[in-house]
Amino acid sequence: MVIDMQNALDISGLKKVYKGGFQALKGIDLTVKQGDFFALLGPNGAGKSTTIGVITSLVNKTAGQVKVYGHDIDHELEDAKSFIGLVPQEFNFNQFESLMRILVNQAGYYGVERSVAHERAEKYLKQLDLWDKRNDAARMLSGGMKRRLMIARALMHEPKMLILDEPTAGVDIELRRSMWDFLRELNSQGITIILTTHYLEEAEMLCRNIAIIDSGIIVENTDMKSLLAKLDVETIVLDLSIGGAEPKLNDFCYRIIDDHTIEVDIKKSQRINDVFSQLTEQNINVLSLRNKSNRLEELFVSIIGTGASSEKQTQGAQ
Amino acid sequence: MSSARNMIALKSILHKEVHRFMRIWVQTLVPPAITISLYFVIFGELIGSRIGQMGGFDYMSFIVPGLIMMSVITNSYSNVASSFFSAKWQRNVEEMLVAPVPNWVIVAGYVGGGMCRGILVGCIVTLISLLFTEIQVHNIWIIIVTVALTSATFALGGLINAIFAGSFDDISIIPTFILTPLTYLGGVFYSITLLPDFWQGVSQANPIVYMVNAFRYGFLGISDVSLVAAFSVLTGFIITLFVIAMTLITKGIGLRS
Repeated sequence: MVIDMQNALDISGLKKVYKGGFQALKGIDLTVKQGDFFALLGPNGAGKSTTIGVITSLVNKTAGQVKVYGHDIDHELEDAKSFIGLVPQEFNFNQFESLMRILVNQAGYYGVERSVAHERAEKYLKQLDLWDKRNDAARMLSGGMKRRLMIARALMHEPKMLILDEPTAGVDIELRRSMWDFLRELNSQGITIILTTHYLEEAEMLCRNIAIIDSGIIVENTDMKSLLAKLDVETIVLDLSIGGAEPKLNDFCYRIIDDHTIEVDIKKSQRINDVFSQLTEQNINVLSLRNKSNRLEELFVSIIGTGASSEKQTQGAQ
Repeated sequence: MSSARNMIALKSILHKEVHRFMRIWVQTLVPPAITISLYFVIFGELIGSRIGQMGGFDYMSFIVPGLIMMSVITNSYSNVASSFFSAKWQRNVEEMLVAPVPNWVIVAGYVGGGMCRGILVGCIVTLISLLFTEIQVHNIWIIIVTVALTSATFALGGLINAIFAGSFDDISIIPTFILTPLTYLGGVFYSITLLPDFWQGVSQANPIVYMVNAFRYGFLGISDVSLVAAFSVLTGFIITLFVIAMTLITKGIGLRS
């Protein structure tokens, strides 16, 4: 038995210069392994959607090479396309068509017979809780339903790689969590998933590997655990029951927010138990504690904000 | 495998396109039927009865082929122009662009949809014309080939218009300022032999003259131009427009960034 260790996605030296001279991608290199759950993060305008656009052939690249499951998009575009399912950021289905027609026609573009397409449409509409709406025009759906419709549409040809560009934007937390479960289930079936999102908690919870893109260059590309291990300082928020004087913490950087709340920065070398001990000595009880922000968010802000990009860019160019 | 996949994709685009104009039949099929009925009543019955014969036939019989062809031309063109531009505007054209659909399949699918609407409207107009006059058929094959080639020509024209269009206004400019004048001056209502020599020469630069006359020959056996010239013009236009449409879609003009 031959085990195919081919990457799901290989990008090398990818550049994109738009009309007018704006350089959206400045020579990015990126590899996504088969079966990975991969996060592509970056601030607005960083180049995430342009990268996805090039992979899916909606954007013409200026230079570089893109291979999808070994198929170069310059020479084997149709083969490469057949591996990809795309859930774009914007709703881009015919608002006047019924859900069933949208799905069946989409499958047809990939060569799926209509009888098979009907069966698959039923399966995915039921899984995504849209079956009751199957004969409604797409414009009648709520925002969350439209997002789920686009996921169903992307799955109609049973792709090996699913690219989701902000799939949970504007979706309430309950629905977002059910979508996470659905995506995890797809990934467990072997589908490679590439996700862009502004919800960094989402990326941290779902993804095993991550790339951060800023100003058209990859500034970080590693696995999630290694990245989170780079976090030097975590800020926790403590809700306190204070009887007398305000709390004091030796060796810790802290800020008193109000009479009952403090923020404490805890370095890797420090222990949170020491905070509790010092507070207990002052007869102050800790009622609750939480992270001030998502860990990945803190890293993201530090990476994007520290000019690390320029350093990496220089290295990349060399 | 690939050709089977392409055929399914082509059928899917055709299915989508035919369903689109059938779903909004009040906007797509009824207006041309009413418009052409008015032409029959006004130009055929009221004015035509005072004109007498043209080309050896009563005026109503003379204009029927031209009016059918006029409806085929405008509906083939406008179907593809509005459908493809709408797909661009709503961005659902991306459904096809991200799929492994060859560009020729996209062109053929949309052109096929335009031809279906043009020919269906042509059939409806033909049935309506039976209420006003008897229709004779001189050569059914010339009728079929002419209507197929003409509808394909204008469906391709509509597709190119939609590719370049940046707004809904842009898809009405060509029909209003080019297509309609060419159609009215294309020998639908008169034989170009009635014109002075200079204007006869000018008319021969109008491609619609060839289409209308070839079609009229199929019904009545008379034509102001030779059939060879007519089919050469039609074939030339189809090849040229197809190459242009393919080039534009391959380059992604108006479709890809």
